[in-house]
Parts: sequence; structure tokens; C-alpha cells
Amino acid sequence: MAIPVEMPKMSDTMEEGVLVAWLVDEGAAVAAGDIIAQVETDKATMDLEVYDDGVLLKKVIGEGDAVPIGALIAVLGDKGEDVSDLLERYSAGAASRDTSAAENVGVASGNGQDSLPALAPVAGDGSRVKASPLAKKLAQEHGLDLTRMRGSGPEGRIVKRDIELAMGGVQVPAQTQAPAPLVREPEREKSAAPAATRVPTPAPYQPTAFSDADQPGETVRISQMRKAIARRLAQSKFTAPHFYLTIDVDMDRAVAARARVNAIAEKEGSERISFNDIITKACAVALRSHPAVNASYLEDQGEIRYHKSIHVAVAVAIDEGLITPVIRHADRKGLSEIGAETRMLAQKARDRRLQPEEFEGSTFTTSNLGMFGIEEFTAIINPPEACILAIGAIRDEAIVRDGQVVAGKRMKLTMSCDHRVVDGATGSRFLETLRKYLEEPLNLLL
Amino acid sequence: MAEMQFREALRAAMVEEMERDDTIFLMGEEVAEYDGAYKVSEGMLAQFGAKRVIDTPISENGFAGLGIGAALNGLRPIVEFMTWNFSFVAIDQLINNAAKIRYMSGGQFKVPIVFRGPNGAAGQLAATHNTSTESIYATFPGLKVVAPSNPDDAKGLLKSAIRDDDPVIFLESEVMFGWKGDVSEEKNYLIPIGKARIARQGDAVTIVGHSKSYWVAMKTAEMLAEDGIEAEVIDPRTIRPLDIDTILESIRKTNRCVIIDESNPFASISSEMTYQIQERAFDYLDAPIMRITAKDTPAPYAKNLMEYYMPSAQDAYDACRKVMYVD
Repeated sequence: MAIPVEMPKMSDTMEEGVLVAWLVDEGAAVAAGDIIAQVETDKATMDLEVYDDGVLLKKVIGEGDAVPIGALIAVLGDKGEDVSDLLERYSAGAASRDTSAAENVGVASGNGQDSLPALAPVAGDGSRVKASPLAKKLAQEHGLDLTRMRGSGPEGRIVKRDIELAMGGVQVPAQTQAPAPLVREPEREKSAAPAATRVPTPAPYQPTAFSDADQPGETVRISQMRKAIARRLAQSKFTAPHFYLTIDVDMDRAVAARARVNAIAEKEGSERISFNDIITKACAVALRSHPAVNASYLEDQGEIRYHKSIHVAVAVAIDEGLITPVIRHADRKGLSEIGAETRMLAQKARDRRLQPEEFEGSTFTTSNLGMFGIEEFTAIINPPEACILAIGAIRDEAIVRDGQVVAGKRMKLTMSCDHRVVDGATGSRFLETLRKYLEEPLNLLL
Repeated sequence: MAEMQFREALRAAMVEEMERDDTIFLMGEEVAEYDGAYKVSEGMLAQFGAKRVIDTPISENGFAGLGIGAALNGLRPIVEFMTWNFSFVAIDQLINNAAKIRYMSGGQFKVPIVFRGPNGAAGQLAATHNTSTESIYATFPGLKVVAPSNPDDAKGLLKSAIRDDDPVIFLESEVMFGWKGDVSEEKNYLIPIGKARIARQGDAVTIVGHSKSYWVAMKTAEMLAEDGIEAEVIDPRTIRPLDIDTILESIRKTNRCVIIDESNPFASISSEMTYQIQERAFDYLDAPIMRITAKDTPAPYAKNLMEYYMPSAQDAYDACRKVMYVD
């Protein structure tokens, strides 16, 4: 019996493999465990082993050919055996890795219409997404990428419940009328978090009696949030050409101003403000004079959108990942208002109670790792925004002022810019304005 | 309300209408002297006399044509077929005359006639007595096709059919003639032709079943309810016009649909419903529409084969779970 040899999945991220070299000739006998070829994956060049005894009847692909996982590479069988049927099946794309499952599906089967032919399963060539019409529609409404999802229906069909799962378990409402796209891509916003910020909690070490250095580490299923973060950030990093502008800001006056404000707040029992609140406010006000930074590159529409409103998102690390609650119209809000709102939203984020409208629709994002003592870092843009600001720690530094070395407070800000929207000079002018506000916080009152 | 058998509800509809309007008369094989092959017209000869309750010879083509002629001339006949299987003998009259005359005469003539009788399978009656004819007649514009599932609907819909100015194909079920239910005693109790009934509310899956299949649908829903699954059951009541809007509204809520239909599957009412649903609610479907029909063969005689042949609640239950991706 002819036995197909298919491209195996050799690593988690492998999508296709390149056949580097054949090690066995057609007509040669092979035994289970023999290496017949070398395959290059995204990670390494690996040996392709066969699992059956037989004769290598046919090399289906040539050296240097790249084929997706599951594609036919070679056919084993008895000497002289006719393999044309098998080849035809594969070339028709009808064969999947589990042909029996494919044959079992079909609308008419098992419903008392045995004499009617079952619907043919869709060709499983991997290039087509199998999803119910409803799932497709919901995915489009919520900005989900079906090609990155696994379906739980027959033959991997993506169905409504998979969409619900991807949305974080929310019940997708079953609308009776055509729904207006009110909720614009909440998944994207949720995932839209700045760069690798949070220090991951190491998995608890569990010693075993036979602890072995080579033991595989603990593996956990990727959470939907993590998946979304991975997808969105990869998309941002790989499609938006990032460049980075770093500026050093004199924070002496900001530190003093904050101390005074908080001294008063303490006396009156009102909300204290953080440096982050000051920076949020300063960004918002600076964005007002630099609309080119408060923008989005919308390739699909062939447009750059300059946002009228200024909604500054603040990246918050939570146990499951990152989320970016939005301070709406931050330019029109007072410092204590911004402070109170940020803390309220951050708490809601940690409790996983944020509503879509609270984490979507931002036009600019800040990410602060200063509290971890990070001096400076770069963040990945929160799409579809044009820029993200990475905030470093405020540090004591010896500064030369008027020819004298004095002690001063400095902070590094690094802005990542999407070069499709923002050019170097544009970004630099924005940072200059931002620095002006931070170095003289009184200006924020104007 | 009064408890009545299905046959009594049909009789009440005819009697009330014949009392109201003396242009209405009933004819068919054994409707008069024998009081009806299934006793639907019991007592009507005695009440209305031989001019209005008329026995005919075994000549479907003849008396169907006679009825159409009477209707063209201002009377309102009710023509009973002993079974709809026998209507095939008269199919030329039904299709080429009853269905088309109003259209072909530019509206100058109308054919206010009701053809009624038992439709579909009824136990061991073998192939020639078991045909479900709804899709045959529904395919011809000009005919209305009605198929009630319970005594109350039978009365309300038959009265509407008798008052309708167009020919109505009224499909009953031999099996259901003895089934009882509460029936309105209202003299003007009219259920509009073309309005489906939502028989059971649910949001998990929509099950559509007309006539006898409605009861299979309800049984299926009960089985699902034991699993904690709430199915919505829709009884279309009329096949044509078909109240597709009510079905669609339900499917937009449940995203999945199973249709139960005693017809043979090919080019059947369930095919038509399936088409219309996908055409108008494609984006709301989370699974292929499934249908549970009679097998695609002539009906068998043997009891066990007949049970296998007919759509069952178990099949429908399995289908519902399948479209919900439960199994």
C-alpha cells in the first residue's frame, strides 16, 4: 500500500519547510527510522525520518522546494506499485492529514438521507480558512484575524464559540438586526500594548525527586490575551517602520512642582498626582500643537487620519498581559482629574473589568518603566497610532549648568515613531515641545 | 374553547362556513352517505342535504374539474380527496386550471376552491398512499398550500381557506384526525394564511416543522431541553405563502437551523426553506442547515422499515446537536 510522507511540523512556529537535500534515491528500500532527506525549517535544518518500511517510490518535491506542513514530500510503498491515485488525491488538495475525519463530515450524513451524497469537504490545502458565515462576519466586525485562529468545529471550522473565546469569553450578541459597528475592534485595542515591558513572573520551580537538567520546562497554553498581544505587536513591529528618538529632560521643576501639589493635596485630603500624570498631561497638551503626531496610518483606506481629539492611553501591566486604558480628552483635563482617572482605570484593568470603550480609541500611548529603574527603552507602537512614548526613570545626575557641575534630576523619553506617518523632524519637534512643558510645568496651566 | 379532535375541528370549520354562505358545498368520494372516509364530514349530509354534500364517483380528474368549473361560476366548492396521493390523477386540473386561470385571464376569473384531504404518510399504507405532496403543489404559483399541525389551527386556517378567493391546497394528516386539542368556538375564527407560529421559545437552535413534523420538532425540543438546550420551534402552518421572515428572525437569534419535513428530500419544501435562509441570513449561520426528511425512496410497507423511513425525533435531536457543535 502506498504510504504518503508529508512535511512534518518540526517546530511550533514552522509553517513550511524547504527540502534541502535528498539522502535516498528513488527505488531504494528504506526502513522505519531511516533519514531520507534534510529539511530546513524556520529554525534549523533537520533530518526527515520515515516511519514505515518500504521502497521510496517517488520523490514528489525537488531539492530547494518549499512546501507547507502536511504537503506531500514523497511516497513509500511496495516496489512497482502504482501511486498515481495517491498523487492525484494530494494534487486535488482533497487529502488532509486526517482523511477519515474529512470523509465523516458532510451536511447530509446521519440525518436520514443516506441515499443522498454528503457534501464534499472543502479542500484542506491550508490556504483557505474554514469558518462559518457567522464567524466570518463577527471576525470582520471585531477585527479578528481568522487565519490566526483555531476552529473547534468539524475539520477545524471556526465557529461562533471560537470567536467568543477569542474575544475573551464574552458572549457575542446574537443580533436580530444588522448591527452598526459600534464596537470598533476591541480585540485590537485590548492587545495594543507597548513593548515588552512587564517582567514576567517566573513559573514556580517545582523540584522533583529526579530533577534533571534536561527536563522540559513547564508549558502553558497561550492565553487569548497573550495571543492577541503577540499578534498585534508583531503586526505593528513588522508593518510599521519604527524609528526612535530619545531626549533627556530636566525634571527639577517637575519634581518640585509635584512635591508642592502633593503637599497641598495631602493637607486637603485630595488625590495625589504622579509623574506619570504630569507626563500624560504634557503629552496631551503637546499633541495639541503637533497634530501630525496625533495621527494614524490607514493603509487599507489609503489615508492618514489626523485625529481631532486627543486620547492618551497609558499602558498598564496586569497578570495576563498588558492593556492600555485611555484618558479621553486628556488635554482638557486637570492633573488631579487625570491622576484619579488613571488610577481608577488601572484598578479596573487589574480586575479585568475594563469596558471596551475604556481601552479603545486612543490616539497616543505612553509606557512607563521608570518605577522599575529602567533608564530608557523603546516601545512598540500601539497600532494604528503613529507614536508611543517610552518613559524612563527619573534619576539623579551630575549636570553641568553654567560651567558648574551640579546635582540635577533627569529623565529619558524615547518616542517610537511610525515613519509612514511621522518623519524625524516632526517627531523631534513634538519632543521639543513636550520637554518644554515638562521642564516648566507651569506652562501646562496655560 | 372546546376540546375537539382534528377531524371535528375541520368539520366545524366547514359547517360554520356552509351555514354562513350557501354558495359553499362539499364534494368527494364517500363524503356524504358514508359520512366521510375518515368521518370528517360526519353528519353534514343530514344537515345540508345532497345538493351541498355530494358523493362523487372515483374520478378525481372529473370532480376536481367540476369543482373548478363551479368556482369559476360563482360557487365556493370544497373538494375532498380521499388521500392527496389520488390527486395526481387530477393534477392537470389543479395545475393547469385552478392555479393558472386567474393569471391567464388577466384577473377576469377567480377560482375560490379548497382541495383538502389527508396528506403524507400514515403508518403502513405503502408507497402509493404515502406521498407528501406539499412541494409538488407549492411549486406552482397560483396555489396556496396550507398544512396545519393541530385542531385549532386546522379550524382557523380552513375557514380562511374557504373564504380565500384563490385555490387552496389544504393538507391534513390521517394520523392526526383523532388527535385532540382546544379549538376556538368563535364563528369568525380566522387564522391568516401566511403567518407562522412560534410554538416554543429558545435561543440555541431553530427547529422548523409543519403538520405532523411539528410534533416531531416539539419532541426533539423536549429531548434537547433535558440536555439544557433550549430550542426554538417554528410551525410554518402555511407552506405557500411561506412566512420566511419569522423563520429568519429566529435564525438570526439562534444562528442554526434544523428542518423536519416528511417529504422526500429532493427539491422539497425543506430544500426551498434552506435556500431562502442561506440567501437571506447567510451571515447569521454558524453551521450548515440540516434537514430531517423521509428517506429518498418510495415509502416501504414493513413497519420497521417505515419507522426507519420517516423522520424521527432522534435524528432531529442528533442533527441539532451537530449544528450546535456539541458532539
